[in-house]
Amino acid sequence: MSALKSETHRQKKSAKQIIQGVFLSEYFILIMSLIYFVCVIPLAPRIISKSNLLNLLSNLWPLLVIAIGQTFVLLLGGIDLSQVSIIGVTSVIGTALMSSSFDPAIFEGTPLWGWLINENGGPLAGSAAAVPVSICVMLIIGTLIGLFNGFFVAKFKMPPFMVTLVTQMFLLSFAIYLTQSRNIMGLPESFSAFGRKSLGFIPYAAIFVVVIALAAHFILAKMVLGKWIYATGENEVASIVSGVPTKKVTLFCYAMSGFCAAAGSAIYSARLGMGRPTLGEDIMMDIVGAAIIGGTSLSGGKGKVIWTLFGVFFFTLLFNTLNLFNLSYFTINIVKGLVILAAAFLDVIRTKLMTRMSIVNGAGV
Amino acid sequence: MGQVFNMSEYVLELQNIAKSFFGIPALKDVTLGLKKGELLSLIGENGAGKSTLMNIVGGILPADSGELYINGEPYRPTRPSDAKKAGIAFIHQELNLFTNLSINDNVFIDSFPKMGVLPLIKKSEMSSRVDKALEAVDLHVSVDTIVEKLSPGERQLVEIAKALSSEPKILIFDEPTTSLTNKETEKLFGIIDKLKEEGKSIIYISHILADVEKLSDQIIVLRDGCITDRDKKENYTIDRMIQSMIGREINQLYPTKTNQPSKEAALSVKGLSQSGIVHNINMDIYKGEVVGMFGLMGSGRSELARIIYGLDPYETGEIIINGEKTEKHNPQKAIEHKMAFVTENRREEGLLMEFSILDNLSLVSVPSSAKGRLKIVNEECVRSKADTIVDQLKVKCPPIENNPAKSMSGGNQQKVVIGKWLLADPEVFIVDEPTRGIDVGAKYEVYNIINQLAAEGKAVWVISSELEELMGICDRILVMGNGEIHGELTREEFDKENILKAAFNQTEGKAERGVR
Repeated sequence: MSALKSETHRQKKSAKQIIQGVFLSEYFILIMSLIYFVCVIPLAPRIISKSNLLNLLSNLWPLLVIAIGQTFVLLLGGIDLSQVSIIGVTSVIGTALMSSSFDPAIFEGTPLWGWLINENGGPLAGSAAAVPVSICVMLIIGTLIGLFNGFFVAKFKMPPFMVTLVTQMFLLSFAIYLTQSRNIMGLPESFSAFGRKSLGFIPYAAIFVVVIALAAHFILAKMVLGKWIYATGENEVASIVSGVPTKKVTLFCYAMSGFCAAAGSAIYSARLGMGRPTLGEDIMMDIVGAAIIGGTSLSGGKGKVIWTLFGVFFFTLLFNTLNLFNLSYFTINIVKGLVILAAAFLDVIRTKLMTRMSIVNGAGV
Repeated sequence: MGQVFNMSEYVLELQNIAKSFFGIPALKDVTLGLKKGELLSLIGENGAGKSTLMNIVGGILPADSGELYINGEPYRPTRPSDAKKAGIAFIHQELNLFTNLSINDNVFIDSFPKMGVLPLIKKSEMSSRVDKALEAVDLHVSVDTIVEKLSPGERQLVEIAKALSSEPKILIFDEPTTSLTNKETEKLFGIIDKLKEEGKSIIYISHILADVEKLSDQIIVLRDGCITDRDKKENYTIDRMIQSMIGREINQLYPTKTNQPSKEAALSVKGLSQSGIVHNINMDIYKGEVVGMFGLMGSGRSELARIIYGLDPYETGEIIINGEKTEKHNPQKAIEHKMAFVTENRREEGLLMEFSILDNLSLVSVPSSAKGRLKIVNEECVRSKADTIVDQLKVKCPPIENNPAKSMSGGNQQKVVIGKWLLADPEVFIVDEPTRGIDVGAKYEVYNIINQLAAEGKAVWVISSELEELMGICDRILVMGNGEIHGELTREEFDKENILKAAFNQTEGKAERGVR
C-alpha cells in the first residue's frame, strides 16, 4: 500500500512539474500569443491581411517603448504612474516648438502665447532641424520628470505610488493648462512621416524603438548597472551593504521611465499629427498590464526587456483581434480588464509555484 | 496493515520513515520512539534531515514510506491541523507571532472561542485560558499586551504559551534559544523541566550541544538522513556528539592559530561618538590580527560596526583605514578603502536569497570585472572568479549559475557571503556573528577562513555573543557595554569570568589600557 501511495505522489509531482515548466517558461506568453494568433485566423481571416499586420505592428512600437521604461521601475519594486502624463506634457511642448502656425483666436489665451508661440508658429517653425530638436527636447523633459520622481523616491524613501500619482495629477493638469485644452496642429510634414512612413520596409518608429529597446536590453543584461538594478529590486538593504549605489540606481530607473514615456509620446504625437495634452491618458493599465503579462514581477527583482516585448505583443494582438470582431469600445475594455486580472493572477501563481518548489528543495538540503 | 502494534510505551513512534526530494533522499529509514515525560534531543548538521523529519511529524510534508504512531495508533497527518488534533505542538525557531496583535489574539489566532452561534469573540474565555498558559511559562504580563512590546525572550515564552494552550502531549522545540539571553535561556530550561514533570514528551532540536547535554534523556544524532548514533544522555560526551554529527573525529573546535599580528594598524578609531549609540570609542586593529568584540545584545557592538562601515552616521571622531583618514563615508567608500562587512543577518543584509549563487558571489566585485566606460560585465571573468572562491572556501552547493542562494544550507550561505567579500580583496574584515545558525562542521571551516585571512596579513574584527568562540580564535578581545569599550584583554589574559564581568558591569570592568 505504501508503495502505491508513493507511486501516486510521484505522478502528482510530475504533473506539477509540467505545469511549472509551462508557467515558468520564459517564452510562455510568446507561445500563447502565437497559438492565439493561429486560432483567430479562421474566425477573422482579415487578421493576416497586409494592412492589418502593418496596423498591428504600428500599434506595437509606442506601447513597447513606454512599457520598457516602466519595466525598469517595476524591477526596483516600484511603479511609475506618471508616465501617462509625461506623454501628454511632452506631446504639447514638443509640438508647440515645431508647429508652423497658431490661430490667435484659439491660442491667444494660453500661457505659452507671446514668449514661446505666436501666429507664426513655435520657435523652431520652418527650421530644418525642427523635428529632431523637438524630439530631443521631449526626451530631455521626460528624463527630467523621471529624475524628479526618482529623487523623491531615492532620497526621501517616499512610496513610489504616492510620488508618481502626484506627478501624474500635476502634469496632466499642467499639460491641459498650457494649451487651455487645445490640440496643437500645423506640424511639419517630416514629423508625421516619422510616425507613418518607412525606411524601405522598416517604419521609422520601429527603428527608433528598436534602438532604445536594444540599449535597454544591453543595460540590463550586460552592464554592471543592470546587475545593480536587479540587486536593488531584490533586496535593497543587502545591496547597500554590498556597496551598490542604490540611490543612483533608483534615480536612473525613474529617469529611464520618463525618457521612454517621452519617446512613446513622440511616436503617438507623430502618428496623430498633433500635440494633445490628454494623449496617453487611458493607457496606464496597458503599460503595467503588458509588463506583468510578460512576467515582470510587481515586487521587483524579476523582469526582462524581452519579456516586456512578449507582453506588449500579446496585448497589441489581443486588442487588434477584438477590434476585428467589431466589438464595442466598452466590450473591449471589459475583455481588457479581464485579461489584466488574469495576468495579475498568473503572477501570483508563478510566485507561489516558485516558492513551493524552493520550500521542497530547501527542506531537502 | 493488519499488524497489531503493542508499543504504547511510546507516545510517538516513527517507523522506517523515508523521504526524498526529486530523487535525492533526505531521510532514509528513520525509526525512533518518544516516551511519556521524556526529552529526546535531535541533533545533526544543517541538511541532516531534522527539519524534514519534523515537517513529516507536523503534517507539512508527506512521508514517502514508513509509518507513524501516536500511543500505538496509526497517525497519518496530511495537514498541520492534524498534528494539533493529535496533541503535537511546535515551537518554532523563527518566531511566528503577529507583532501587531496582543498576546491573546496571537494565542487564539486559529481558534477564537465564539459566543455560541454568534460570530463574536468570547473574550472572557480567551483571557482566562491565556492567563493560565502565561502562568505556566512564568510570564507575568497582561494578556492584552501587544507582542511588539515584548523582548525576544518574552516572545519565545508567548510562543510556548501558545503551544500549551492547545494542551498538547508532545512538544517540539526547534532551536528555541537562538534569540534568548542567558538568563532567559535558563528560565526556558526551568519551564521545560516543569513540562516534563507534568508528563509531557518533548523533542528538542538544537545546535547548542551544551544545552542538549543538560536537558536530554535521550539523544539521537542524524547525519545525511540516517540515524548515526542514539543513546542515553549519560553515555554521551560533547565530543561523541560532534563526531557522530560530522562523521569524523574533531580533535579541536578551533584551528591552530597561524597568524602573526603586526604593529601596523589597519583600522584605527579615535574618539568616535554618536549620541545614544556609542560613546568615545578608541580602538586599533592591526594587520594580521583577529580582534574579537564581545558584548551583550544592545551593547552597541553591531551599531559600532555599522557606523565604521559607513552605514550609519557618527557625530564626532575619526576613522582611519590603512593610515588614511576617511571623511564621512558610505559603504561604497568603505569598499574603496578595502573594507568588508559580513553582517549578522544573512537573509536580510547578506544575500539576495532568490538570486543565483553566482550573482551573490559577484555582487560586490562585479565592477572590477567590467570593461570600458559603459561598464560591460565580462561574464567569463565573473564566472571564473566565483569558481575559484567556491573551490577555495569548499562551498558545498548546486551549480552556482542557476540555483538560488536559498537552496544552500546556512553554513554554505555564510561561506558565500564571505566569498563575495573575498572577491573584492579587502584588507579589513568586519565579521558580525559569523557562525550564527550554522552547524559545528561549518563553524570550524569559518574559523579556519578567519585564521587564514589573518595569516595573510588582513585585519579581522569578529563580533560575537559566543564568548568561547572569541576566546578560541582571537588575538585580543574588546569588551563592549552601554556603547562604550569597557575592557581589553590579550590572548594570555583571556578569562571567561573577567570578560563577562566587564560586559555586565561598567565600573568594575574599566581596565582600559590606553595605547596597549
